Amino acid sequence: MKSGDQSALAELYDRYSSVVYAVALRVLGDTGAAEDVLQEVFLQLWRNPGAFDSARGSLGAWLAVITRNRAIDALRRRKPETDIEDVIVSVAPDLAGNADRSRAAEKARSVLGTMPAPQRSALEMAYFEGMSHSEIATKTGEPLGTIKTRIRSGLIALRKAFQT
Amino acid sequence: MSVHEQFAEDLALYALNALEGDDRAVLEKHLAACSECRLELEELRGDGALLALSTIGPKPPARARQRLLDAVSKESAPTRAQNARKMGHPSVAPRRSWWRALGWAATAAVIVFAASLWKENAVLRQSLASASAQGVQSARELEDLRKIAAPLIAPEAQRITLVAMKTPPQPQGKAFYLRNRGSLVFMANNMPSLPPQKAYELWLIPIQGAPVPAGTFKPDAHGSATVVNPPLPSGMEAKAFAITVENEAGASTPTMPIMMMGTGE
Repeated sequence: MKSGDQSALAELYDRYSSVVYAVALRVLGDTGAAEDVLQEVFLQLWRNPGAFDSARGSLGAWLAVITRNRAIDALRRRKPETDIEDVIVSVAPDLAGNADRSRAAEKARSVLGTMPAPQRSALEMAYFEGMSHSEIATKTGEPLGTIKTRIRSGLIALRKAFQT
Repeated sequence: MSVHEQFAEDLALYALNALEGDDRAVLEKHLAACSECRLELEELRGDGALLALSTIGPKPPARARQRLLDAVSKESAPTRAQNARKMGHPSVAPRRSWWRALGWAATAAVIVFAASLWKENAVLRQSLASASAQGVQSARELEDLRKIAAPLIAPEAQRITLVAMKTPPQPQGKAFYLRNRGSLVFMANNMPSLPPQKAYELWLIPIQGAPVPAGTFKPDAHGSATVVNPPLPSGMEAKAFAITVENEAGASTPTMPIMMMGTGE
């Protein structure tokens, strides 16, 4: 065991643990379960740091996506569906700093706030509850095509807000 | 981003793991053959990350950090090597070199921070000393680091950034390159934003021969960007590093004009 490896992990933990924990807690709604996901995500990074391709995106965004996926797996009590090496995330903000992160969170919430309620709801059901489009259609009583359109246009609205 | 329209909505669902059944199978088959749609998938995952990042909440409990470090300590090197062999990997060497590079990146970030924040100089000197002691393995690396860090953190050093009068902040990039290991850490500031389908590409200009791609990057909202350890042939001596604007997927030869360039110091 090289102590340098551990200190690098500790430094990454100090930068990104609040992002990871917040996402896990949002999905799971339980501090103990969120802490378990936090532990699992950083252990995975420790065991396989090469899974993150730094040339393709930012570590903060990648960790947020990995965390969301793992938290959904835990919520649905299923085995992990995707290998972390297969998850490539292309997004600009790195969000290592608290100020950057607060600004990004505020911007994202503002975009969500301007969306029609059914669209925001469909997006949140898919992202934070891990529901499939057919489950959302069944729950809301709306056509599958409508759900698909709402989710895509919601994601694109977020993208555009961060490109300006 | 140009994607095949018939897959546009399914791609968004797939990015959230919300696509199932036949639609999923059909899309996966298409993705295997379509690089444009794979890039769009990465973008959509990034859009999802923005959604994830809209969440704010309490900080994790302090015990979680120690729990992680305890768990990591228990995973001894032999165990990790065994695990790697079980997974079909011959050794854990690449992982270690990645962590070393990451240690370099973290330490380099501390150095840049130290240079820019005069008031926190004392605290950062301690941080850097600690990072140096723990994060760098060999005496040679430590010596390299001290050489780089000394003018940046010495209390008597004056720190002055000169910029042109009445102009916005200029783009600036710093490359840290270890030739014998093919390791590179690059950090940039004040980079102009780019159109959606474009990215900056970093190039290693060797003493002889054609420029070698050294990673693509897109700056964040503040114009900052980092490239850590892009795939590079080891042992290649760099005459200079340069940056061009390329299509998002990157290019194998630079497209003129060269936007930024720097030679070794």
